[in-house]
Amino acid sequence: MALEFRSVTKEFLTRSGEVLTAVSDVSFVVNEGEFVSVVGPSGCGKSTLLSMTAGLYQPTQGEVLVSGEVVRGPNGHVGFMLQKDLLLPWRNIVSNVEFGLEARGVPAADRRRRAMAELERCHLAGFENHFPYQLSGGMRQRAALARTLAIEPEIVLLDEPFSALDAQTKLLLQNSFAGTIAESRKTTLLITHDLAEAVLMSDRILVLSERPGRVVAEIVVDLPHRDEPLRRRTMPEVSDYAGQIFRHLKLEEKAI
Amino acid sequence: MTQATPVPAGAQAPARKERQGKAAMAATHSTLFASLALLVLVLLAWEFLPPALGVPKFIIPTVSDCIVELQRMWTQESLLAHTFSTALYTVLGFAIGSLLGAAIGYVLGMSEFWEKVLSPYILALQIAPKVAFAPLFIMWFGYNSMPKLLVTVLIVFFPVLVNVLQAMKTVDRDLINLARAYNLSRWRIFRKVEMPSTMPSLMAGLRIASTLAVIGVTVGELVGGNTGLGFLISYGGGQANAAMVFNAIVLLTVIGFVLYSALARVEARVLHYLPKAQG
Ligand SMILES: Nc1ncnc2c1ncn2[C@@H]1O[C@H](COP(=O)(O)OP(=O)(O)OP(=O)(O)O)[C@@H](O)[C@H]1O
Ligand SMILES: [Mg+2]
Repeated sequence: MALEFRSVTKEFLTRSGEVLTAVSDVSFVVNEGEFVSVVGPSGCGKSTLLSMTAGLYQPTQGEVLVSGEVVRGPNGHVGFMLQKDLLLPWRNIVSNVEFGLEARGVPAADRRRRAMAELERCHLAGFENHFPYQLSGGMRQRAALARTLAIEPEIVLLDEPFSALDAQTKLLLQNSFAGTIAESRKTTLLITHDLAEAVLMSDRILVLSERPGRVVAEIVVDLPHRDEPLRRRTMPEVSDYAGQIFRHLKLEEKAI
Repeated sequence: MTQATPVPAGAQAPARKERQGKAAMAATHSTLFASLALLVLVLLAWEFLPPALGVPKFIIPTVSDCIVELQRMWTQESLLAHTFSTALYTVLGFAIGSLLGAAIGYVLGMSEFWEKVLSPYILALQIAPKVAFAPLFIMWFGYNSMPKLLVTVLIVFFPVLVNVLQAMKTVDRDLINLARAYNLSRWRIFRKVEMPSTMPSLMAGLRIASTLAVIGVTVGELVGGNTGLGFLISYGGGQANAAMVFNAIVLLTVIGFVLYSALARVEARVLHYLPKAQG
C-alpha cells in the first residue's frame, strides 16, 4: 500500500477561536501504481488531505501512512503540485527542476543529468535555459511536473493542476501527464473539480461530502487507456461514470 | 494587428522584431531629444530672463555667473575635495545604512515574535524626522564626520528595513510549503526562496534610500563641520554668494543621480527574470 488514511480527522482553529472540522473520519487506501482522484464540493477539505500527505501538517485524529510509515513531517516520499506552478521566477527551467534535489546532497552534475532527463520526459527538451515568464501556462505546468518527478517520489499529489488552463491545453496536458505518470509507474492522487477529468485519468475515484468532508462513494473506473485520456474520452461509458459522480455529489438537489 | 495573407512564421518574426526594435529606438531618440531641448530652453530662460526682469545677481545669478563662480570655487575653495568628501560619505552612509536595514529586516522577517515586539518602535522611529538628530549627534561626537555619517545611516536604514520586512511577510506561503515539502532547512528556505522573493522590494527600497542618502549627508554638513558641499552651501549662504549655493546644489544632485543610476543598473541586472513591459 503506497498511501493509507486511517480515520483521519482534521480540525482547524479559526481566527475567531471556533473549531472548524475540515475532514472527518476519512479512511482510504491507494495501492502502488494506482491513479486515484478525489472529487468533492469546494471547501470540503481536499487540499487538506494533500497537505497532510505531504506532512505539512498533522491530522487531529487518526494517521496518514506513506509506504507503511506514519507521516510525521515533510519527507522525501511525496511530491506535490498545485494549480499554481510555483516555479521560482529567478531560476531558469532546468534549475527549477533541480530545486527539489538540492536538499538531498545530490552532486551538481547528477542533478543536472536527472533534471534534463525529466525535462525530456515532460516534452520540454530545448527549453531548459528559458525563464518561467518565457513559457506558456501549459509548459510551466509541465516543468512543475518535471520538478515533482525529479525527486523520484513514491507518491505524486496533484491539486487541480489543470484548472487554470484553457480547454484545449487542458486536454493535451492531461494526455501528456497521464502518459508520463503511467510510464514512470507513480502512485498518484489527483484532486479535481472536473468530473470528466477524474473519469478520464483515474483507476478509482473517491467522492467527498460537503464540509466536514467524508468519503461518500468510491467508484472504480473499469476502462482501458488510463495512459491516454484522449482515447478514453471517445468511449461512451465515460458519461455514465460522470453521471454517477454527479449523483453522489447531489448536484441536482443543489441546483434547485 | 490581423493579417489575412499567410506568412511563414520563421520569415515574419525577425522582420517584425527588427521593425519593433527600430521603432523603440526612434522613440527613445525622440524622448531624449525632447528632454535635451527642454534643458536648453530652461538654461536660456535662466540666463536671460532674470536680468531682463531686473532681478539682482545676488538673488538669482545667471548660468554664466554660476560657471564663473564654479571656476573660482575649483581654484580657491578646493571644490574637488569637498565634492569628493560628500560623495564618499553619501556612498558610505548608504552602504552601511542599507546593509543594516536589510539585515535587520530579514532577521525580523524570520522572527514573528520580535517583529511584533519591535514594530511600534520601528513605526515611531520611521515617522521621527531623522535629520533633526543631526545637532544631537554633533553634541555627542563633535565636529567631525561622525554626525553626518550617522544621520545618513539613520535616514537610509528605514526605507530599506520596512521594504524588506514587508516583502518577507508576503512571500508566497505555497512556495515556502513547497520548499518545506522538499525538506529544505530553515536557512536554505531563506536563501533559496525568501531572499530572492524579496529582491524586487529590496531593490525598490535601495533606490529610495539612495536619494535620501544625499539629503542625510547634506544636512549633516549644513549643521556642522567644515567639509563637503553642504558646508559650501552654508558658507556661501553666509556670504550672500547665491552662485556658490546654486553650484553646490547642482553637484549634490549629480552625486545623487549617479548613485541612483548605478542602482538602477544593478537592479536591471539582478531582476532580469521579470518580464519587461511591452511597448
Ligand atoms: N490553515 C488553515 N487554517 C484554518 N482553516 C483552514 C486552513 N486550511 C484550510 N482551512 C479550512 O478548511 C476547509 C477545507 O479547506 P481545503 O483547502 O482543504 O478545501 P478544498 O476542498 O481544497 O477546497 P477547494 O476545492 O476550494 O480548493 C476550508 O473551510 C478552509 O477554510
Ligand atoms: Mg483546494
